Amino acid sequence: MTERIVIVGGGQAAVSASMRLRAGGFTGTVDILSEEPVLPYQRPPLSKAYLKGELDEDRMYLRPDSLYREQGITVHLETQALMIDRVKRTVETEKKSKFPYDRLILATGATPRPLPDEIGGGLENVHTLRTLADADLLRDKVRPGQRLLVVGGGYIGLEMAAVAATLRLEVTLVEVQERILNRVAAPETADWMRALHLDHGVDLREGVGLRRLVSDGKQAVLAALSDDSAVGVDLVVVGIGVRANDGLARAAGLTVQNGIVTDQYCRTFDPDIYAIGDCAVFPYRGEPTRLESVQNACDAGDYVADHILGISTGPFVPEPWFWSDQFDISLRIAGLNRGYDRVLTRPGEREGGLSVWYFGKDRLLAVDSLNDPKSYMAGKRWLSAGLTPRQDALVDPNMPLKSVPTEAAFSTVSKATTT
Amino acid sequence: MVKITFIEPDGTEKHVEASAGISLMEAATRNGVQGIAAECGGQCSCATCHVYIEGDFFEQVGPPEGDEEDMLDFSDSRQANSRLGCQVPVSDEYSGMVVRVVGDDG
Ligand SMILES: Cc1cc2nc3c(=O)[nH]c(=O)nc-3n(C[C@H](O)[C@H](O)[C@H](O)COP(=O)(O)OP(=O)(O)OC[C@H]3O[C@@H](n4cnc5c(N)ncnc54)[C@H](O)[C@@H]3O)c2cc1C
Ligand code: FES
Repeated sequence: MTERIVIVGGGQAAVSASMRLRAGGFTGTVDILSEEPVLPYQRPPLSKAYLKGELDEDRMYLRPDSLYREQGITVHLETQALMIDRVKRTVETEKKSKFPYDRLILATGATPRPLPDEIGGGLENVHTLRTLADADLLRDKVRPGQRLLVVGGGYIGLEMAAVAATLRLEVTLVEVQERILNRVAAPETADWMRALHLDHGVDLREGVGLRRLVSDGKQAVLAALSDDSAVGVDLVVVGIGVRANDGLARAAGLTVQNGIVTDQYCRTFDPDIYAIGDCAVFPYRGEPTRLESVQNACDAGDYVADHILGISTGPFVPEPWFWSDQFDISLRIAGLNRGYDRVLTRPGEREGGLSVWYFGKDRLLAVDSLNDPKSYMAGKRWLSAGLTPRQDALVDPNMPLKSVPTEAAFSTVSKATTT
Repeated sequence: MVKITFIEPDGTEKHVEASAGISLMEAATRNGVQGIAAECGGQCSCATCHVYIEGDFFEQVGPPEGDEEDMLDFSDSRQANSRLGCQVPVSDEYSGMVVRVVGDDG
């Protein structure tokens, strides 16, 4: 009998799982242990509307206190889980209390990779952006005329640069790889994003790394770059990826490899312990996969609740999607482009809109929709139905998206994935 | 406070009191209405907050435009009274409004 469910971590994944447990009729106890001082909130606006000052704090929270109470979900704030005893089935917290569980869900998220101290990581004006507290600190510092250096040209770095440029800071962004979004998107998408940022006055330097920050003792004042140039800085924001929070699981003897390793049911090898969201690695299309997105946290949270309650018995199959806002433009991504071998583009219906379509072995994998919501919705629908659009029709701008013929991708799918 | 009734995908009615200014999506999620995942948190990027505005209230609320219209245009469950809940701010005149949650979009 499952009567006590403990969730470690109070983010998006924890909220989805806990709410879904109640919706599914679970009547036992649900305890969320969260090390943060505030109720679970949305992270995406931290580098977008919230940072810009366009979204009030009370709209950041995923659910109000009253709803957790009404649902009988206890959120323990400022409560860090320190140890899991898998034999006694308890979680011990820093406050020395023990939480016994029948099922344990690890939803510990991820932590930004810091800049190494040797090159200036510990300086006062060097920031990362993950929590509301991080964003509050930055919100006070993003003032017009300040010189900001963003290290890293992934989505968070680019969003940071966009917000700062909008607030009239002088922004330099360095990306050590040959181009921005190198890991996550095709050159076509990167080209579009680069043009957008250059248009808005961001000094974007690709193939350029940060060598080190020069300090006045406390603050970074100058950044020495790998191309032997240097830029003066008032503020530095580092967006060079995250590390899964898997230390608690590792210490408990669970398998950990760039995240907490789970099976197709989001379960670790201990059948009473699940891991979901940013902290978890799960098999997807035959490969160990860790996704960092709200979609994945939500889907996995719902799935785990259903699995614990016996409502769902099949494997966890996420439907990846992601979005990003830069300046007044929305980028929407449906699918996961991993393993693509072909990229096709199609102009959007609006001025400057574009969609970038990824195929692997002639099967549709993903689409990046740049200021072009229709292509996102079309791609999302095709992907979830297992359909692939005909490529010649897709690239024909005179062919409306709705008329693009599709074929079932399953024959190619099974050939491609049953290896 | 504005009184709004949400009809969840399984037909359950939930009566909610919302403050003017927040969106229909926020009014729903804050009160535990089922069927609105609101993954993008109101950025008009996910369509998981798709609702039908019942009766005469749709006239008052008005049709979708821009990104919202484009998102809905490709939804299988699009109807004449479709809106994305996050794009509709609650207003004092909406008291008594009935909103049907679509629940399968996005
Ligand atoms: C600035 C920013 C912008 C983003 N933008 C987007 C976007 O546009 N679209 C998108 O899809 N995704 C975006 N993401 C990613 C998205 O926010 C994450 O994928 C999502 O929050 C993951 O949810 P989670 O519940 O797995 O982890 P988290 O939200 O990280 O929550 C985990 C929580 O667990 C706590 N915790 C960890 N260890 C312990 C412990 N031992 N005891 C107690 N508590 C613990 C952590 O402090 C944290 O509060 C963004 C993220 C950031 C930081
Ligand atoms: S909440 Fe995502 S579109 Fe409304």
